[in-house]
Amino acid sequence: MAKRKTQRLYFILLGGLAVATGVALVLTAFEDSIVFFYSPTEISQQTLSPGQRIRIGGLVETGSVNAEGETTTFTVTDTAETLDIVYRGILPDLFREGQGIVAEGYMLASGVFQASDVLAKHDETYMPPEVADAIKAAGEWRGDEAPQQEAMSNSATASP
Amino acid sequence: MHLPIQHVFLKLAAIIQPWAAGLCILCFLFGLPIALLFSPPDYQQGDTVRIMYIHVPAAWMGLFCYGVMAAGSASYLIWRHPVANMVAKASAPIGAMFTALCLLTGMLWGEPMWGTPWVWDARLTSMLVLFFLYLGYMALGDAFDSPEQGDKAAAILALVGSVNLPIIKFSVDWWNSLHQPSIFSMAGVSVDTAMLPPLFLMVGAFQLYYVVVVLMRVRAQVLTAKIRAARLMRAA
Repeated sequence: MAKRKTQRLYFILLGGLAVATGVALVLTAFEDSIVFFYSPTEISQQTLSPGQRIRIGGLVETGSVNAEGETTTFTVTDTAETLDIVYRGILPDLFREGQGIVAEGYMLASGVFQASDVLAKHDETYMPPEVADAIKAAGEWRGDEAPQQEAMSNSATASP
Repeated sequence: MHLPIQHVFLKLAAIIQPWAAGLCILCFLFGLPIALLFSPPDYQQGDTVRIMYIHVPAAWMGLFCYGVMAAGSASYLIWRHPVANMVAKASAPIGAMFTALCLLTGMLWGEPMWGTPWVWDARLTSMLVLFFLYLGYMALGDAFDSPEQGDKAAAILALVGSVNLPIIKFSVDWWNSLHQPSIFSMAGVSVDTAMLPPLFLMVGAFQLYYVVVVLMRVRAQVLTAKIRAARLMRAA
C-alpha cells in the first residue's frame, strides 16, 4: 500500500516536471509574441515591413511634447535610443513628460512612428502626495526609472 | 470508511468558523472605510489608487485558492485523502470569484489610468487563464457519471494548471507588460507605510472570508456524504 503511494508521488512529481519543462520551452519559443512592446533600441535593430503594426514603449522625453489641436508629437526614449511619435486623439490622464507609455501603430516612411493608441504605464510605487513632496525636498527622489521620476517632480501639480 | 478524520474536521470547523467569521467582519468593518475613505490618495493616481485595496487582495486570493486547490488535489491523488479533495473542490468557486473580482477591478482601474480596460499582456492574459482553469476544474469534476472519476480528472487538471501560478507571479518580470511589477519584491515593499494598514486589513478580511466559506462548503460535503452513506445503509 505504502509502495503504491510512493509510486503515485513520483509519478506526479515526474509529470509536473514534464509539464513545467514543456511550458517553459513553449514560453521561450514564443517570447517575441508574449512581450507587450518593444523598446526604441529593439526597433532600431529590426527591419519592419511598411504598415506593420507593433507596440513600442518608453519614457516620454522631457521637453519633447508638442500639441497642435488634436495632434500631439513627442519623443520616447529608453535612455539609449529615441523614437519620434505622432498621435491624433485624446491622451490618457497619466500621459506627461517623463512618464512611461506604450504606443501602438506603425512606422511611417519618414522614420516617425504613427500611433493609433497611446497607453500610460505607471510603476508599482504608491505613496501619499505629502510623502512624495517630502522625499523630493530631501533630494532622495529615485527609482528604477530615474528620468521618469525626475520629470514627474516637475509636473507633480498636474496629478489628479 | 473515512469517518474518523471527517469527524475531527467537523469538530474543528465548528470551533474555528465563528471566530473566523467574527474576525472577518471586524477586518471589513475597519478595512473598508480606511481603504475607501480615510487612507491617503496617491501622489500620481489620486483617489483611483483605492481600487488597489480590493484589486491586490483579490488577486492574491485568486492565486492562494488555486494553490490550496492544487495541494488538495495532489494529496487526494497520492494519498487518497478524502477531506483534501473536499477542500480542493470547495476552494474552486471561491477562487474563481476572487479571480473575477481581480479582473473586473483591474478593468475599472485600467480604464482611467492606462487608458484601456484590457490589453493582452502577459499578466492580464495569464490571470484570465487562471479564471478559465477554475471554470474548467469545476466543469470537469461534474462531467463524469462516476463522481470519483470526475474528482480524479479534475484533480489532474488542477495539478497541470498549477504551472500557471509562477507564470502569473513572474509575468511582469520575465516579459515587459503594461501591468506594473509586484509591490512586494526582493528590494522591499513599494507601497508607502500609510497605505499598508488598509491593504493588510483587506487581505485579512478576504483571507478570513475564504476560511469561513471553505469550512462551510467542506462541512456541507462531509454531511452530504454522511447522509448518502446512511441512506445506502438503510436501503441495504
